[in-house]
Amino acid sequence: MTAVSVDAKGGRVFAIALALAGWVVKFIAVVLVIATFNFILVHAAPGDPAQVIAGQSGASDEKLLAQLRAEYGLDKPYPIQLANYLKRVVTLDLGYSYRQQRTVASLILERLPATLLLTATAFSLALLSGIILGMLAGVRAGKWSDTVLTVVSLLLYATPVFWLGLMLVLLFSVQLDWLPAFGYVTIGVPMTALQRMVDIGWHLILPAVSLAAVYLAIYTRLMRSSVLDVTHQDFIKTAKAKGLKQGRIIIRHILRNAMLPIVTVAGMQAGALVGGAVVIETVFAWPGLGRLIYDALLQRDYPVLLGVFLVMSVIVIALNLLTDAIYRVIDPRVSVRAAS
Amino acid sequence: MSTLKSFLRHPTGMIGLFVLLAVVLLAVSAPWLFPDDPWEMVGAPFQPPFSEGLWLGSDMLGRDVAAGIAHGARISLIIGVISTLTSLVIGVTIGATAGYFGGKVDEVMMRITELFQTIPGFILAILLVATIGPKISNIIFAIGIVSWPPLARLTRAEFMRLRGREFVQAAVCQGQRPLTVVLRRILPNAISPIIVTGSLAVASAILIESALSFMGLGDPNLMSWGFMIGAARTVIRQAWWMSVFPGLAILLTVLAINLVGEGLNDTLNPRISRKR
Repeated sequence: MTAVSVDAKGGRVFAIALALAGWVVKFIAVVLVIATFNFILVHAAPGDPAQVIAGQSGASDEKLLAQLRAEYGLDKPYPIQLANYLKRVVTLDLGYSYRQQRTVASLILERLPATLLLTATAFSLALLSGIILGMLAGVRAGKWSDTVLTVVSLLLYATPVFWLGLMLVLLFSVQLDWLPAFGYVTIGVPMTALQRMVDIGWHLILPAVSLAAVYLAIYTRLMRSSVLDVTHQDFIKTAKAKGLKQGRIIIRHILRNAMLPIVTVAGMQAGALVGGAVVIETVFAWPGLGRLIYDALLQRDYPVLLGVFLVMSVIVIALNLLTDAIYRVIDPRVSVRAAS
Repeated sequence: MSTLKSFLRHPTGMIGLFVLLAVVLLAVSAPWLFPDDPWEMVGAPFQPPFSEGLWLGSDMLGRDVAAGIAHGARISLIIGVISTLTSLVIGVTIGATAGYFGGKVDEVMMRITELFQTIPGFILAILLVATIGPKISNIIFAIGIVSWPPLARLTRAEFMRLRGREFVQAAVCQGQRPLTVVLRRILPNAISPIIVTGSLAVASAILIESALSFMGLGDPNLMSWGFMIGAARTVIRQAWWMSVFPGLAILLTVLAINLVGEGLNDTLNPRISRKR
């Protein structure tokens, strides 16, 4: 008996290790490919790569350009340049913004917390509320809840996310004056740490809701049909026949199984959500990476753009891994499967 | 023929079709309805809707909002359709190759597709347009590059399903070349789900275009809905109409295309359509 359980435990640890190794490989592959993408983009841009790196400032300083060519080895063959670039990326050297006179890594680090806060809030808001609302709609399945959900999700699906944000500002900030229209924290007011956190949370509501809205609608609708599908399956009948309480059936049997497709879809849409964050940060002057992209665009500051692209792709992979982990935890059929 | 008939009986599909036709009509007749350049100042700035001669008001530079919406419809529809055609060419080629040949080829193609699905497509589109320049052809190319993966996956699944069917094997045994088999035997049988997904892709292409021009990456010579909203967002407290109307235009157009797409789905794939 004990031997068997130890064996099973060993298998479990091994499977987790294998899954982790699979994630690491995927992570490295994606980072390398995106770095290569970046490299190609710099060379595909019209004009001298040195000028691209310098940020295409109108007054091109010949001395700076010559220094850049030497520093980045721009006279060497492409494969060597690429290898050098990848080496720098791996050592977290994302380049230097000549526009802002700072390293790209420091610029990104400064903006990262705001973006992580926004995307994580929107992602969990959409996922959690979607699952709960869909569950309620599915358990009390009626014609009207289906119709309302279908109409709302159709409308939200057709709404540009930045426009939704602006309309919410118009309603809740301009008309009702309930919520701040933009920014991260109220400036120029002395606050304790706790007050500051509450203030940030207050500022977070509109951007997070605008970003999450469309996904919330999708997940609610998905969850509802998934709950209906699961409810009609044999193992639910068995559970009822066993005499289990309704609440226990819903939570242990229906909820767990019905959540699986939603978690899968959420993982697939992580990329779109992070892309949406860029636009939302622009609308709400949220001081994150998206806002950094917007400013870098205005100044054609390529090192910053490329660095942010890389970091945002890493955020997407992280969200993928997170949904993958959630899936493994809630999937009742197999405890841990080897990485696919 | 029967497909057409059943689409005509599809209520929401028909609503979508009517709205879409209205948008197309607006786009086509924009040069006659609003012969002036939409960038031209035609009245006093900050005129609210229903002012003299400006039923949707004017923007902060005195440009006619209604004229901007009519001319913007052209850009949205053109970019939506052509960039979807671009992503169809890429997606169907990759999906067909993967599904037809299978094995190692499939493995490689699907890894590439997965990669493109992982990276945040909108940011890649921003980078592409910023690097190669905000011209309409470049914007179309960028949207095409980021929106092909779902089409590739769908095509691959359809090709794998049809690959083993007898009529395909018969064609292969007769010695028909792979290209002939793919184009004349398999593709015609796989076309209806591709059409449905393609029509929905037009809607998302229009959304991406509007977000790009909102971020200031639209073609600077062409009036577009996203640009109008982006330009007006700083004055939203004083002038709601400058951002509300172009946004409604996007919402209506995208909604109409989605309704038509769902209608097509119900009529072209009647068996699977109700499983949504």
